[in-house]
Amino acid sequence: MTSVINSDKIPNNVDLSSDKKLQRALEAWQPRFIDWWKEMGPEGFQEDQVYLRTAISVDHDGWAHFDYVKMPDYRWGIFLTEPEPNRKIGFGDFYGEPAWQTVPGEFRNSLRRLIVTQGDTEPASVEQQRLLGQTCPSLYDLRNLFQVNVEEGRHLWAMVYLLHSYFGRDGREEAEALLERRSGNPDKPRILGAFNEPCQNWLSFFMFTYFTDRDGKYQLLALAESGFDPLARTTRFMLTEEAHHMFVGETGVMRVVQRTAELMKKNRHEDARAEGGIDLPTIQKYINFWYSVSLDLFGGEISSNAANFFAASLKGRAKEDGYTDHRVIDGSYAMDVPVADKESNVTGWKKEDVPLRNAMNEVLRDEYVRDSQRGLEKWNRVLEEAGIQYQFRLPSRRFHRQNGIYGGLYFDVDGNPMSKEDWEKSRDGWLPSAADEAYVASLMTAPVYEAGKMAHWIAPPKQGIKGRPVEFEYVRR
Amino acid sequence: MEHAAPSSQEPIRFEAHPSGYKHWVLTFDGPIARLAMDVNQEHPLRPGYELKLNSYDLGVDIELADAVERIRFEHPEVKVVLVTSAQPRIFCAGANIYMLGSSTHAFKVNFCKFTNETRNSLEEACSESGQHYVAALNGVSSGGGYELALACEKILLADDGNSAVSFPETPLLAVLPGTGGLTRLVDKRKVRRDLADVFSTLAEGIRGRRAQEWNLVDESIAKSKFDATVKERALTMAAATPDKVGAGLTLAPVTPKRSTEKGWLKSEYTHVTLTVKPNDRLAEIEVRGPSSAESLAGESLRAAGNDLWIFRAFRELNDALLDLRFNHETAGLVLLTTKGDPEKVRAADKALLDLEASGDWLAHEIRLYVKRTLKRLDLSARSMFAILTKGSCFAGSLFELALAADRSYMLDDEDEPVQIGLSGMNHGPLPMSNGLTRLQTRFLGRPAIPTELVGVTELMDAATAKERGLVTFTPDAMDWDDEVRLAIEERVSLSPDALTGMEANLRFAGPETMETKIFARLSAWQNWIFQRPNAVGEKGALTMYGRPERPELDWRRT
Ligand SMILES: [Fe+2]
Ligand SMILES: [Fe+2]
Repeated sequence: MTSVINSDKIPNNVDLSSDKKLQRALEAWQPRFIDWWKEMGPEGFQEDQVYLRTAISVDHDGWAHFDYVKMPDYRWGIFLTEPEPNRKIGFGDFYGEPAWQTVPGEFRNSLRRLIVTQGDTEPASVEQQRLLGQTCPSLYDLRNLFQVNVEEGRHLWAMVYLLHSYFGRDGREEAEALLERRSGNPDKPRILGAFNEPCQNWLSFFMFTYFTDRDGKYQLLALAESGFDPLARTTRFMLTEEAHHMFVGETGVMRVVQRTAELMKKNRHEDARAEGGIDLPTIQKYINFWYSVSLDLFGGEISSNAANFFAASLKGRAKEDGYTDHRVIDGSYAMDVPVADKESNVTGWKKEDVPLRNAMNEVLRDEYVRDSQRGLEKWNRVLEEAGIQYQFRLPSRRFHRQNGIYGGLYFDVDGNPMSKEDWEKSRDGWLPSAADEAYVASLMTAPVYEAGKMAHWIAPPKQGIKGRPVEFEYVRR
Repeated sequence: MEHAAPSSQEPIRFEAHPSGYKHWVLTFDGPIARLAMDVNQEHPLRPGYELKLNSYDLGVDIELADAVERIRFEHPEVKVVLVTSAQPRIFCAGANIYMLGSSTHAFKVNFCKFTNETRNSLEEACSESGQHYVAALNGVSSGGGYELALACEKILLADDGNSAVSFPETPLLAVLPGTGGLTRLVDKRKVRRDLADVFSTLAEGIRGRRAQEWNLVDESIAKSKFDATVKERALTMAAATPDKVGAGLTLAPVTPKRSTEKGWLKSEYTHVTLTVKPNDRLAEIEVRGPSSAESLAGESLRAAGNDLWIFRAFRELNDALLDLRFNHETAGLVLLTTKGDPEKVRAADKALLDLEASGDWLAHEIRLYVKRTLKRLDLSARSMFAILTKGSCFAGSLFELALAADRSYMLDDEDEPVQIGLSGMNHGPLPMSNGLTRLQTRFLGRPAIPTELVGVTELMDAATAKERGLVTFTPDAMDWDDEVRLAIEERVSLSPDALTGMEANLRFAGPETMETKIFARLSAWQNWIFQRPNAVGEKGALTMYGRPERPELDWRRT
């Protein structure tokens, strides 16, 4: 093994030291990954010592090993949840058959597409967030940002591991291409829309980790059921990390809300902006934006792709165990499908009983919607406790959608159809306007590097990381 | 109702011998051979129909194919073959309708393909081997019967008020003549298309002088003078054909040893092994190169006869392909492999080509046989991957297997390089049905490449072969197993119908010939008309044939 490709530098539980094929693939890919990280990773912090968690094994202690490390020296590893002996496929046409340990040739292309699509989101989010460090509200948040970033990098490694190990030459080419696409670059964009949206400020970052990483959670849950066992095991381990990302998002928004509530109470008119905070309607607009673009990531409500993936036992439902019928040949999903004229005006609705397999994206989206509501209620409780009347809400899932049955049509946040013109007029009342963006940006012009100090617009966290105090120097500049 | 697939019945075998013919009488008289059809109605290949009126089924055609081959190899003295009937008032009524009505679609397609290949071989004997086929139609010749006549160089029709030629398929059965008849009518005999149109919708056909005027036959001859005139014409043709030097070669059987293990069906020939893995929808054909290092040339090569490597190997391959087509319908993907020394293959190729160049007719026949077998491979409706691994000998005539394949996987191993090589066989003697070599067809857009490749005489490793565009993929040892496994699994998961169409579209780039037209149109119309309710539906014409009620047709045109 080369000096770079060995089990010390690359912690793993896939027996890298005896896997010649994987070693060879990584020898070519790893240096390109580091180049990509240096070019597209967090800008301006590559030389800093960051107090990061590194997974060095899959057992309870091993996956949460903390130490200072320079990000380019981070030990990105390859971990799969320990195999379940004699695991059987839990859904689809292959229900009850032994899980596949190699890629069935018949599904090679479908599986590769699933893995590449998932893998592409990981480096994309790192790219989207690369400038945020320069306006960080605290060292604690800066460290959390980097933790999310290096773990998204590790998620990329996880997907690349599958491509390298199971897809031969095609897989190696796809792994290279994952490092070549760039978020927001019109010539070589990332695959999914939301991953080309800029994430320019910290409110967006918290919303992203709350809403968009939660899409990631549900995609991973669906893949964790896959009949292709290595994919199932890889994604199960990724879920443990994803949970932290959503924690960053949920607590991040909550601290903003809490600070806003404090600032409102200081002001006679409960005017947060006057006190240098982010007002609640602006936060609601960010919710509307990130929630709606994240809903799009689930794909069309009526989808033959989804049906095919389910039928082929490649991508299931989140927590498939909780359902009784795992083949889902007969069921249907009742949907009201909008009917529109040429001008995209909704002229009526038709009831459709969509075969349940074709509605799998919507089934997964339902779970996501429920889950998204939970954190939002915690934010509302903060407002209640502060004695503020305002309540956040999730907009209708029809609102501001780019794909699926609502894509390209115009609905208000309650899901009522409206004309394009009326919608455009109301847009800035629902989504962050240029002025809102400028205002939020104006609060975040300079970074806060002093240990323990918080930017004016955000409350401190309840506690630090891994038992360290909030004042701990999480990043050594 | 369709019968169960033939593969669930006794397998069909393709070896025959004149001593066992049930349907043909083959006699020799100096330079003239007489091949008289005398179909025994009690001996259909499958039970369930009677072969009345000299109608034929595959069994009849297997004997015909055997006769054509034997005349070519065993009887170099024969210059004219009279194809005629030994039954009164009927030459041949064509393919048996009840047999067609009770066969699966796949069987019908393969049956027609086989009969076409036999007709092509007969035409090739006329043009390449100095054996001229003359159809002496001493009775009614309809459908496939007239198609057989069309494959002959000359058609002589008895003018007796009864003997007619006809294509009743369209008016009576709502299908088409299945053995290239329509194409040969206008392309080979150049019958005017409006007259051909009239002819092809006239169930009772055309007799006597008019048949000659329309050029449906070469001569219409009064019954009283028919036999004498036929003989006279035959002798004239024979006199104009040069003699061949050297004795004929009596064809020995190539019957393989057949066994079943672990559900795999193995047919082991001397140089070929066919392994069918029904559960994987897969077959493997391994062709082994010449084993002895001694280089046969000239007389010693000729003397090797049936045991000459290239001849035996390709006869075995031919038999394996027919076995595969008829008896293993679900083996959708064929892996082509070879084993041996590429240099020995090239030496064997060269020896045969040298002997042929010296004017030896047997060497010439053997080379034509190799050519026909490779065409049969091209025309087999199976996916084909060539697998080039260590110890393989894809060189010269055997490299044609890789070129015939839909794609090829060649192991790239620096330590023990796998090598391919070209020989004279790759540059002209083994054209496809489009008239081009497989290299020319492969590089249709870059005609300079096949010309350059003539100069490439050294063996090539995987990297070179890939760079020259001679193989598709060259995984290294580490990737090999996965790449090949995935490719195989993926291929066998695709629709067999779509693949058949796709492959046929991609395999035959380049110019159209009568052969390519016949096969392309055959598969196009058969896969449509023969599936349509108007033919095979409950009230379709083919189904209703011979029953009291009339067929009911759906009148909508496409
Ligand atoms: Fe991730
Ligand atoms: Fe994440």
